[in-house]
Amino acid sequence: MLGRAIILTVSLTVLWLLLSGYFDKPLLLGFGVMSVALCVALAVRARVLDAEGAPTGMMPRVFLYWWWLFAEIGKANFIVARQALAVEPKLSPKLLRIVSPTKTKAGLATFANSITLTPGTVTVDLEPGHMVVHALTEALADEAAINDMGRRVAAIEGRGG
Amino acid sequence: MITLDLIRDLLSWFLFLLGGAGVVVGAIGIVRFPDFYTRLHAAGITDTAGAELILLAMILQAPSWLVAAKLVIIGFFLFMTSPVSTHAIAHAAYVVGLRPMLGPLLKREGEA
Repeated sequence: MLGRAIILTVSLTVLWLLLSGYFDKPLLLGFGVMSVALCVALAVRARVLDAEGAPTGMMPRVFLYWWWLFAEIGKANFIVARQALAVEPKLSPKLLRIVSPTKTKAGLATFANSITLTPGTVTVDLEPGHMVVHALTEALADEAAINDMGRRVAAIEGRGG
Repeated sequence: MITLDLIRDLLSWFLFLLGGAGVVVGAIGIVRFPDFYTRLHAAGITDTAGAELILLAMILQAPSWLVAAKLVIIGFFLFMTSPVSTHAIAHAAYVVGLRPMLGPLLKREGEA
């Protein structure tokens, strides 16, 4: 709890400084400190500073995962763009039922959002443990590739913090 | 003479054109694809490749590091929020019972 509050304070401070661009105006910096303190206090009071609201457990490894995800998004964009421009698009939409290997809520949300973010696949329904995914073509409805993505997310969620 | 500025301009123009092409292709896909769910996939090109590549090109043209940092933050928030909004509308359609066209023949469940 304290660790999460510190991380939230640091990230909000950095966000405030970058968005405002004030580094040497004491009055405005004071307002910034007040607004960061108010936000952290409200987050603590609303009890959203838990493993779901501030998933710090996956923090360092999630950045590596994003690079991998960028590459996947690039490849999928290319496939969908080709269908959009094809003279006769060969669509074969399919609904897939994917069992999520993730253990935490943050992991499940990361997995479902990664699927949606990749063009050609959209998560249309999300239940605890499994999800329904709509895929655009036969090639994109690749359950093995989606399960591989799930394993990568399960690997970064760690001990569930 | 090839200067660093020229290389930066060429790279950012390349990214602008690529991102712009992504937005246009996404729009073409939205018009051409047959039903709601397949159109969502076309919109996905606009949200990911289109928006992020244009932001990347703008970062290369940023006049100061503070502006570049703000563009990075915009990119990060788009990356986090666009799948949530896509899922929200897709889920709403699914729950209300809009049936997707399935298979190579694009038939809805229960249709002849």
